[in-house]
Amino acid sequence: MTFTGLLRLLVIGGLIGLIEILCRVGVIDNFTMPPPSRIALDLWRIVVTGKFNAAIVKTLSNAATAFVFAVTVGIAAGVMIHAAKPLRHALDPFFATYYAIPVLAFYPLLIILFGLGDAPKIIIAFMLGVVAVIVNTLNGLDRVPRVLLKTARMARLSRFATAIKITLPSATPYVLTGIKFAVAYALIGIIGSEFVMSTNGVGFEIAFAYNNFDNATMYPLILLVMIVSISINMVLVWWEKRLLSRRGLR
Amino acid sequence: MTNDTVSWRGSFYLTAAFLLIWQITYMVIGDLALRSPAQTFTFAFELLKKPSFWPHLIETGKAFAAALVVAVLLGLAIGISLGLKKLAGDVFEPMLVALYSIPKVTLYPILLLTFGLGISAKIAFGALHGFIPVSLFTINAVRNVRPIFLKTGRVLKLGRMAMVRRIVIPAALPEIFSGLRIGFSLTMIGTVLGEMFASQKGLGYLLMNAIGLHNVDIIMAITLMLIIFAAGMSSILLMIDRRLHRRV
Repeated sequence: MTFTGLLRLLVIGGLIGLIEILCRVGVIDNFTMPPPSRIALDLWRIVVTGKFNAAIVKTLSNAATAFVFAVTVGIAAGVMIHAAKPLRHALDPFFATYYAIPVLAFYPLLIILFGLGDAPKIIIAFMLGVVAVIVNTLNGLDRVPRVLLKTARMARLSRFATAIKITLPSATPYVLTGIKFAVAYALIGIIGSEFVMSTNGVGFEIAFAYNNFDNATMYPLILLVMIVSISINMVLVWWEKRLLSRRGLR
Repeated sequence: MTNDTVSWRGSFYLTAAFLLIWQITYMVIGDLALRSPAQTFTFAFELLKKPSFWPHLIETGKAFAAALVVAVLLGLAIGISLGLKKLAGDVFEPMLVALYSIPKVTLYPILLLTFGLGISAKIAFGALHGFIPVSLFTINAVRNVRPIFLKTGRVLKLGRMAMVRRIVIPAALPEIFSGLRIGFSLTMIGTVLGEMFASQKGLGYLLMNAIGLHNVDIIMAITLMLIIFAAGMSSILLMIDRRLHRRV
């Protein structure tokens, strides 16, 4: 554990402790927020009793579906767009402004089109993630060192062999950045649309608990979502750093 | 300049392709779930003429503007102070990145309980989305200010505020502006998202209300307006952004 890491833990611990004290003293009333220790205890109870297992499985499997689609379609599209220069020029302004568009605004339209089921949610999560994968794949392909491609030509590698042995390995760290975004966006898209309008999933359960003033369910579920997404993100950041440092890029 | 004309032509082709695909999809799916581009545009204009529509538009506009101000000021304050202090930056930056990656909708109920139903919860939610990219970009921008500028400032015995205003901000402006551009988009997403849940007013509320009424006209017209506004503003900001980066 480094010094900054230790300091960070202390800051987080201090913040949680401060909220705990404010809740216990009554500055934050229990109707607004129960003390963090209570939330952790409630979360433990929820995990042990398995009351929300179905919702958790639903959310995670939807997110996984959207993630797989976003990554496969994104990488395939990235490779194709990279090969077609004019198409890429035409699409550049689209990529540059894409993340300014509130994708969730399409959700009502998708509900009208596909009905209130899994499909609209998966499409939203897919739409959020796929462009990040495409953009980072393009970036990775741009940065394949020219000298490696020349070497491949000198060794008379076929196009396929070049792709497998040269292009793919050197583009991997950048593609991984896109994959990292796709994971985060899959969760954000699924939980966001569940929260806005849905009949199942963790996002729906949080919204349902809010509407029923059921803080004993709402806060533990919020904590669960935070823990899951932050740990996934930390693992991916760690993996990305390792890949980049092995290549001497960072 | 040639670069700009190329991207303009690209945008034109894109818009044309988008309208064409939309029209074809409409002809395939039909009237039940979709409207044609022409119908949507006329309905959007009619909506803009209705007096009952304006309070919603103004509500969303007000919430968005306030959220943007909060997000930018908070983001700049956090970004500049963390960027100038190395240790504090190293401690807090990963926390901001982690906050960026969590689905922030789940935090909305907490804001609703803290601020109550109404415009302040929406403003807080929009600002929560927007301040993170502004601070992250500003941290990096301030860190990358060339040390010689800071040394010059120290030699001239500039005070803390003068240092920030005269040296740090001008030197870091291009990168800070990139952060502002992303912050702008995310603040808008946050504000509309906040209106889609537990709200009585605003464009997001109208969208959710229209699902219940199965009113495809309203859904498509409002979605179109949001997209035109977002894409238009983002393109303008992107143009300024590129010009700023070129100047340096």
